[in-house]
Amino acid sequence: MKELEYPFDSSFIMKKKKALRRQLEEQETAPAVTKRVAVLGGSTTADIVRVLELFLRNFGIAAKFYECEYNMFRQEALFPSQELSDFKPEIVWLHTGLRNLTFKPSPDMSAEQIADGLDAETAGYVQMWESLREKFGCAVVQNNFELPSSRLMGNNSGADPRGLVNYVSRLNLRLADEINAHSGVYLCDVNYLSAVCGLDEWSDPQYWYMYKYALNTRFIPDLCFEAAKVIKAVCGRNKKVLALDLDNTMWGGIVGDDGVENLTIGQETAEAMAFYQWQEYVKSLKNIGVLLTVCSKNEEENAIAGLEHPEGAVKPADFTLIKANWEPKSENLVNTAKELDLLSESIVLADDNPAEREIVRACGFSAPDIGEVWDYIRVIDRSGLFETVSLSADDLKRTEMYAENAKRKQAQSKFADYNDYLLSLEMNAEIAPFKPVYVERLAQLAGKSNQFNLTTKRFTESDMTHFMESQDYVTLYGKLADKFGDNGVVSEIIGRVDGREVHIELWLMSCRVLKRGMEYAMLDELVKAAENVGADRLVGYYLPTAKNKMVEKFYGELGFTLAETHGDGSTVWTLSLDEHRESKNKAINVNRED
Amino acid sequence: MANANDVLKRLNEVFRDVFDDDDIVVTPKTTADDIEDWDSIEHITLIGAVEDEFGMKFKMGEVSGMNNVGDMLKIIMARGK
Repeated sequence: MKELEYPFDSSFIMKKKKALRRQLEEQETAPAVTKRVAVLGGSTTADIVRVLELFLRNFGIAAKFYECEYNMFRQEALFPSQELSDFKPEIVWLHTGLRNLTFKPSPDMSAEQIADGLDAETAGYVQMWESLREKFGCAVVQNNFELPSSRLMGNNSGADPRGLVNYVSRLNLRLADEINAHSGVYLCDVNYLSAVCGLDEWSDPQYWYMYKYALNTRFIPDLCFEAAKVIKAVCGRNKKVLALDLDNTMWGGIVGDDGVENLTIGQETAEAMAFYQWQEYVKSLKNIGVLLTVCSKNEEENAIAGLEHPEGAVKPADFTLIKANWEPKSENLVNTAKELDLLSESIVLADDNPAEREIVRACGFSAPDIGEVWDYIRVIDRSGLFETVSLSADDLKRTEMYAENAKRKQAQSKFADYNDYLLSLEMNAEIAPFKPVYVERLAQLAGKSNQFNLTTKRFTESDMTHFMESQDYVTLYGKLADKFGDNGVVSEIIGRVDGREVHIELWLMSCRVLKRGMEYAMLDELVKAAENVGADRLVGYYLPTAKNKMVEKFYGELGFTLAETHGDGSTVWTLSLDEHRESKNKAINVNRED
Repeated sequence: MANANDVLKRLNEVFRDVFDDDDIVVTPKTTADDIEDWDSIEHITLIGAVEDEFGMKFKMGEVSGMNNVGDMLKIIMARGK
């Protein structure tokens, strides 16, 4: 459920938690696992339990909860009540914090006193974990401590061992050492999270005075999401694969249209640096055992060329699988899962295009809203998709392992519901003869479109105006809007009228609307326009270039007949207008008046 | 923030969201006894949601001192957006 995925709206979750719970229960997919979770708090936990339930359920974990009486965490951990013993927790979350310190340093204390206090505090937590582990064999999730919101000695509170900031910082490091030394105990990094959320807001004391909450209640979702990420990782429900789109995700620009040399990546501009840092982050994910794959609508050779960009941080060899073709991404991800022998739910797609994300989500894959390039790292990182609770030697070798397995398998699959997806986009097209207002855009599009371009003829604005005004030409532009927004003018056709024939001098389409059926809608309108000028036949030309291989057989797919093939690879195709009876456009509403 | 009816309308939406019940109709006389799920825990959620809706904060004394929706309404009329 998108409302429960990062980046989420905390206020919305707090307000609508009842409705969200109901909606989760109504979902058809049954949760994968059930877990008994005890929340032992040093402050109020009522809404914390309820919101944690939502996030866990969204991670596929149906949780049953035990909630201890107010501030009874220590007693429960050391001498469990009958209720807790009967509950037999599988996971215990010790929700503690600064309000639960048993010792605080003060300027009149000696260094020894403070060291003793630190030892005793740490030992108190270790005792609780060992008791819980021994009695229940459960996993323990332990909060560390948020920094204090006031500093008696000012900045020096961070430097002087008698200062609380210094003490809490050391306590957190000691706690971390003990967590590392105890198997089955995991950190919930409240110290980090409270800094992310803003310490002043986080520690607003009114929520303690009024309700005995250790934090501002508006951050309860943030806290619960953090704990839920750890718990789902402990339960083995992490993602395993990051599948990456390329154009405008891994670099700025379209490699097939712009050419490798014109991609935005490297150190030269602000955007180039942002893409470079993101590539570096992506590459570093391999170090925690995440598999990287490519899932991109591109010619494979263009994809590889982009990944070999000398200014980039990743190289083709960093990817376990490279799926660069023109099939729907959902289909490529299904194949990726099959070839790697993984469930589709273990794959995450990073893609700048919201329409692509929507379709793969509908097929059970994760695809976070990654925002703009400067957001990519934060969104992927904070989503906790690859939350690492322990790192083994195997994790580091995983990329090689899977690469070998993948070579053995070459599975194919078909995605059945593509047309349903297209319908869900609620597409509306406006297709009409050229208008003065679009002349500039039409010339620009003709100047830079390389891939879906049958003849790759470049025309200037005055050329376009000439075609628009001349009786000897039929012209069409196509605008396409869908529920995500208006794509603007994305296609154009220029046909030269010669007696009863219309020769298609130019037909191009922007790659951002590939596989939408826009070409079929354009053909329907072209047929009508040709009929209106008294023609009975269309003549189409394919002139090969280094970049337009994807439309080599385009006219054949539309039902044209191959008439001529030339030595340079160019072809000529014809279509009698009376042969075009049935529209292939199934999903786009054309020229509908609203 | 002049129109008490508008405020009540928006407030009613917040109640419906928080208690997940589209049949709720609050009046200035509505109290916690009139809404089944309105307990001390939901009161906290409600206060937070009302603060978000009207871009304001209740003072500590006000949170515990409200006897009915009318009391809440008065504070919102004075300070809400």
